[in-house]
Amino acid sequence: MTTAVTAPVRPRLPAAARRYWPLAAALVLLPLGLLLAGRGSWPASLQVDLSGPLGSASDWIVDNRDSHPLFLYFLGHVSNAVVLSVRGVYLVLLAAGWAGVTAAAGLVAWRLAGPRLAATAVASFAVCGLLGMWVPTMQTLALMVVAVAASVALGAVLGLAAGLSDRTYRALRPVLDTMQVLPAFAYLLPVVLIFGIGVPAAVLATVVYAAPPMARLTALGLRAADPGVLEASASLGATGRQRLLTARIPLARRELLLGVNQSIMMALSMAVIASVIGAGGLGDRVYQALASVDVGAALAAGIPIVLLAVVLDRTATGARSHGTPGRTWAACAAAVLALAVAGRLTGALTWPEAWHVDIAEPVNRAVDWMTAHLYSGVPVVGGTADWAAHFTGWVLDPVRDGLQALPWWALLVVVGALALHVGTWRTALTAVSAMAAIGVLGVWDASLDTLSQVLAAVAVTLVLGFGIAVGAARSSRLERLLRPVLDVFQTMPQFVYLIPVVALFGVGRAPAVAAAVVYALPAVVRITTQGLRGVDPVALESARSLGATGWQQLRQVQFPLARPALLLAVNQAVVLVLAVVIIGGLVGGGALGYDVVFGLAQGDLATGLVAGAAIVCLGLMLDRVTQPTGKEA
Amino acid sequence: MRTRTTAGAAGALALLTALTGCGAADMTKQASPYAAAEGARTVTLSVQSWVGAQANVAVAKYLLEHELGYRVDTVQVDEIPAWDALSQGRVDALLEDWGHPEQEQRYITEKKTIARGGNLGVTGHIGWFVPTYFAEKHPDVTDWKNLDKYADQLRTAESGGKGQLLDGSPSYITNDKALVKNLDLDYKVVFAGSEAAQITQIKQFAKEKKPFLTYWYKPQWLFEKVPMTEVKLPPYKEGCDADPEKVACAYPHTPLQKFLNADFAKKGGKAAAFLKNFRWTTEAQNDVALMIAEQKLTPEAAAEKWVEANEATWRKWLP
Repeated sequence: MTTAVTAPVRPRLPAAARRYWPLAAALVLLPLGLLLAGRGSWPASLQVDLSGPLGSASDWIVDNRDSHPLFLYFLGHVSNAVVLSVRGVYLVLLAAGWAGVTAAAGLVAWRLAGPRLAATAVASFAVCGLLGMWVPTMQTLALMVVAVAASVALGAVLGLAAGLSDRTYRALRPVLDTMQVLPAFAYLLPVVLIFGIGVPAAVLATVVYAAPPMARLTALGLRAADPGVLEASASLGATGRQRLLTARIPLARRELLLGVNQSIMMALSMAVIASVIGAGGLGDRVYQALASVDVGAALAAGIPIVLLAVVLDRTATGARSHGTPGRTWAACAAAVLALAVAGRLTGALTWPEAWHVDIAEPVNRAVDWMTAHLYSGVPVVGGTADWAAHFTGWVLDPVRDGLQALPWWALLVVVGALALHVGTWRTALTAVSAMAAIGVLGVWDASLDTLSQVLAAVAVTLVLGFGIAVGAARSSRLERLLRPVLDVFQTMPQFVYLIPVVALFGVGRAPAVAAAVVYALPAVVRITTQGLRGVDPVALESARSLGATGWQQLRQVQFPLARPALLLAVNQAVVLVLAVVIIGGLVGGGALGYDVVFGLAQGDLATGLVAGAAIVCLGLMLDRVTQPTGKEA
Repeated sequence: MRTRTTAGAAGALALLTALTGCGAADMTKQASPYAAAEGARTVTLSVQSWVGAQANVAVAKYLLEHELGYRVDTVQVDEIPAWDALSQGRVDALLEDWGHPEQEQRYITEKKTIARGGNLGVTGHIGWFVPTYFAEKHPDVTDWKNLDKYADQLRTAESGGKGQLLDGSPSYITNDKALVKNLDLDYKVVFAGSEAAQITQIKQFAKEKKPFLTYWYKPQWLFEKVPMTEVKLPPYKEGCDADPEKVACAYPHTPLQKFLNADFAKKGGKAAAFLKNFRWTTEAQNDVALMIAEQKLTPEAAAEKWVEANEATWRKWLP
């Protein structure tokens, strides 16, 4: 759900010769380079030190933000508009009271997606109240409403421009590609510097994060419109605007709604991260619980986020297949109003305190028990601490040391060859320049450290994900059981599981990898399961009738036929693992993730921004190397 | 198409301007959208991530609300961004600062947007600590000169053949990397990345009675759960930490400071006067912090409990 959208994957079958010549060329070039160019880390003479200019930019903003016209007459108004709108929505939500809000949620869900979802929506809001999180939930909801509205509006405008004009599309594409791999934390720093901590900064960071999928899908929808229909409407004498409103936009309805859906999910995942810069609401509760190492309290604030995500996602998905006449909406509005007034008259605007259920203590006890028993000294398999130490010693260290020992130009050659192997010369060029940019920024060694963690996390995610997905594709029961679990892991704020992860694996790179796996696994399982399920049943049946065993069917029929889905899964695993590199920095992952957190905590633009840019470059490089579409060569 | 887009953008901008009122918009005069309705007097306090800071804010908030009739908002934010927020008027007060000379120079001396609020009454001290159970077995570990002897025992998967010195959140003041280098110790600084991760790791070590060496600070509630003994570093002398690259001495004992937004300090009325008077002791702060961190009371409940038992102390703070 929070997975970003990628362009559809087209299988490509290049000739064997074409396929392997880049690798062969690399093999020839490597020893040659070893002789000529020497070895070692990125040379200092090819680095550009940005700390000077970035430092003075940051100083300029701090000195001028109370007086410069740019701040007074533009950014100040933006900031005030955000505060006003969030406050407006928040006051409406508070005035509606819990009865009104719950009823509204239930009715909207019912009209858009049917009675089952309505029941889920009502139950979800009731749980938010029961957990004692009513007011924070409303604060987050208010922020979300404003942020999503702004992202959808901005995304739609950009998408419209890109959908109608080829030139805009070409200009916008690399920007959107970059946004997709830009980690959320990296936005926070410049936004905070300009707007200061608080809700405006949080909303704007969220908009920057959530608008790209809307823009991308809008453009995709408009561009994919059936030319026959457009031709027909043109031949009927429709003007450009009429054609847009009556043909192209309605035809793109599915993509537009999917875009809204994606924007909501991205915004919600950002709502928690934004608590670091004073967004308030549920994210703030999670973050505060983290300070007193209170997993239970963090979970109590995390559950409403998961529930909000599930309800909003399902409602938006449902809206894609249903339509509702205006009169029913009026009746719904009246019903909500009546309930809100009723709630008001009985004097119960916020959730009554007597109905709170305290889950923090039992959760904490359960987590303590679990970590105490699994941490070490488990017979035969060893405790989780031992696994972590072995994983660090046998996997992470060799990969990192190997990458760092590789001469810098050799790594560029390898990256170029890999990209050429799966894509075109243009993909290879992007991948190599992204990698070179890392060197120029002067964070070569730290980036390779991060890269080793990312590779390890992606490998673990794929092994686990494919294993689970094969099981889920065979048994619908398992798939049904897995679905809520996947939902929870995908939307649960990562702050909630930081403490259990450290309690199990100790501080270091191993827990960072574990956190990344937890985050990326659901998307991989989902995409792979769908891919395996989508395999033509006839092909499977004929394989079975030829006496193929289960393993043979899997290896020779299902995996090859589901190849596009599997490749998409790999690509998504890379993107998602990179997105939580910074979370890894919070549990001892070090390297780039730590640098971004450090930059944010110390207001150090140079460290934070450079590390963020390096993560983006790593993301671009890995995306190109794993996305075998040729990217519209 | 293009002219229409431009017209649309201009229209949106005009609407935005109309919505927010014309003329200059000063972001420093902005309140939180979640603040109470008009009329209520609101004070915004910044809370740092450690529990001691939560304790200060909880008690100040309780007294401001129950004794002086203010509404209090809190914002969770790291120290240096808190200075920024204080200067912009996003928060009115920072109750526990561990010493940021660069920010003091910029905001107090030059820009005059932040005013001093006096001592908090608590003295803070950063240092290197080993668990007391380890120090009792090996009394000589408490001198930095003997640390190398124990590097083997303090090795972890992350420290790569050297001993591990566990550091915490990137927002905290630390000279540890320079210290390890300048004292020529066989140790590697491993950053836990957040205090939560550091505490969790310390608790796991303590459960198994394993030795560890960590950056830690007093007052801190964890000492009550995991008793730790300080390792003596070369003594602190005034100015020995001036050059961050060349530090080779212990951390100072810092009387923790309060800071107020300059406007708020002048016009904040009783709330500002109260926050300037707010001054308690290390023990008192620890009592409240323990209630929050160990008994898992909410900060409000912990503050209420402390306020009920210590009326003599806080009466003096009220203006």
